Amino acid sequence: MLYREAGDYKKTYAEDSQTFPLKLDRYAYYALLAVAFLVVPFVINDYWASAVLIPFLIWSIASLGLNILTGYCGQVSLGTGGFMAVGAYAAYKLMTSFPDLNIMIVVLLSGAITASVGVLFGLPSLRIKGFYLAVATLAAQFFLVWLFNKFEWFYNYSASGQISAPTRSMFGFEVTGATASASAKYIFCLVLVVGLAWVARNLTRGRIGRSWMAIRDMDIAAEIIGVNPLKTKLTAFAVSSFFIGVAGALFFAVYLGAVEVGEAFGIQKSFLVLFMIIIGGLGSILGSFIGAAFLVLMPVLLKNIMVGMLGWPIDLAAHIVLVTIGFLIMLTLVLEPHGVAQLWRVIKQKLRLWPFPH
Amino acid sequence: MYDQFLYGTEAAINGLMTGVMYSLVALGFVLIFKASGIFNYAQGVMALFGALTLVGIQSGQVPFAGIINAIFGTNVQHFGWTLPAVAAIILTIGVMILFAWLVERLLLKHLVNQEPIILFMATIGLAYFMEGVGDLMWGSNIKKIDLPIPQGINETIDSLTYDWFGYGFYIDNLDITAAIIAIILVVALTIFSQYSTTGRALRAVADDHQAALSVGISLRKIWVIVWGIAGFIALVAGVMWGAKSGVQFSLSLITLKALPVLMLGGFTSIPGAIIGGMIIGVGEKVFEFVVSSSWFGDFFGFTMNATENWFAYVLALIFLVFRPQGLFGDKIIERV
Repeated sequence: MLYREAGDYKKTYAEDSQTFPLKLDRYAYYALLAVAFLVVPFVINDYWASAVLIPFLIWSIASLGLNILTGYCGQVSLGTGGFMAVGAYAAYKLMTSFPDLNIMIVVLLSGAITASVGVLFGLPSLRIKGFYLAVATLAAQFFLVWLFNKFEWFYNYSASGQISAPTRSMFGFEVTGATASASAKYIFCLVLVVGLAWVARNLTRGRIGRSWMAIRDMDIAAEIIGVNPLKTKLTAFAVSSFFIGVAGALFFAVYLGAVEVGEAFGIQKSFLVLFMIIIGGLGSILGSFIGAAFLVLMPVLLKNIMVGMLGWPIDLAAHIVLVTIGFLIMLTLVLEPHGVAQLWRVIKQKLRLWPFPH
Repeated sequence: MYDQFLYGTEAAINGLMTGVMYSLVALGFVLIFKASGIFNYAQGVMALFGALTLVGIQSGQVPFAGIINAIFGTNVQHFGWTLPAVAAIILTIGVMILFAWLVERLLLKHLVNQEPIILFMATIGLAYFMEGVGDLMWGSNIKKIDLPIPQGINETIDSLTYDWFGYGFYIDNLDITAAIIAIILVVALTIFSQYSTTGRALRAVADDHQAALSVGISLRKIWVIVWGIAGFIALVAGVMWGAKSGVQFSLSLITLKALPVLMLGGFTSIPGAIIGGMIIGVGEKVFEFVVSSSWFGDFFGFTMNATENWFAYVLALIFLVFRPQGLFGDKIIERV
């Protein structure tokens, strides 16, 4: 009844090809942005910021990045943790070497540095495909983590081997460091998420995105119709690593504050991001957000129920979370291999015809 | 220099033994990949689960004790008996076969004809699930395997090499046992797949699913059998690794070590798994020995350590760039 394009006239091509063609969707999106920018920062408290909202925003960026590589370009990567570590250490070195550099520029530069590392590790993808590539990206994961542990220059010769973020502010508000307020951190991450999601959305529906999808669907056929596989795969690696690097920089500088590389950016993180895009939906921007939200919220929720309400031991709850994640992944793949985003697409299609489907 | 050479040789021999242990895990992968085209990430967790179950059954632990206690407020831990090793092993094999059947029934059946990458991700999900279930069933503390497996320095080799070179090699009995078991497994598997009816059906399925189906081979039965065998190999690998380092969570991470072995040897070759394992085992020990030695430091101005974490992957990566199907893998032919 409500969810119709009837009466929603498109007068230009630009209007016709916009991201949200339905009025209702568009308004919902603007309303969501308004709430996120104008309401949440004033009601946010430390618990919500550190347990739910900031991790959600940061993991959204990471899963957007991996979704570009895996979902859109079809190159499975298990090196996400390693690339996040590159972003984090790049941010740390930039922050400590150039104290006057604006934190936003630091984060974006860390992304750029990660992009160049990503291209380097993406080079073998021209020869190696499928599982072989997935395993080859593990080389990036383990080598990078080892590198940051081994060479003291990366952590400025600190005795603990940890890196910790100094205080930096933007427009007079502290964004990093121990005294930064929850709402400042939140807004900083939110701006980056909205900006990067916009970039991702527009890249994926343009020429570059279409060449990614062509390579994903059948690389030889794509090559024959004139898609350059070298350029396409390496741009996917570069853009994806940029996103993941930004996520790593935020994870270190804004969220955790102090990081030990093996613990914060281990192989588990690579799998976590992969799970987000599987559950959310491969090749979907919305799916990246759904997946991130799901895997951030679900453990918190389960833990609160089992430890907080029922009083079960913490390790038991952690195991149940593990079982639940594994179960959900298998369930998603069996029921809907394209993730929750596909489910949402189906629901929308049904809604447009409701209540008279014939 | 002569001592250095001796130490290096010792490192290489130990690497060879460790490599055989990697191969034990890789074998299970190859079997499943050949028979169903599934890249089974859960192989390492199956090893952990098998070893946990064996220890749990043998020592008479109550499965899911943690949950039961949390829900009912009781405090049960043990049945109060210990089973003899043979009975425990047989029961554990039963559990692994049941597991194989359940996996086929509940997961693989629904994923027939999906893309390989979806199947791979499903096995990652399975790995997480199993890991959680294993911990819930038997608890997450480090356990000791109570089987009569020889362990410690092999005195014969030690004294022999001392007589010959003036330096006794340290080689663990456990590693020698593992090597012997691996050889027995490979020979048994080869005989099984060459000379038994089921084995021939297995090879037919590996060769061409649809052709095998059309001559009346039940794909689903074959899958259960293959997963059962892979479960058994996982149990063996789990026991050997468990004897080496205790049965604990980190055991599931040997999957990650088996992956470069597979890449090097090729996903479809049983001898490849063994030889790949040896190359990786020897390579990482010798590389570590060289880059951490003092003369490497004198020459380059720095030394490295803990390179075992990444050496295998980088070696496999470089190797694959030149030969994408691995050493013994089937040649990858691409058609549009």
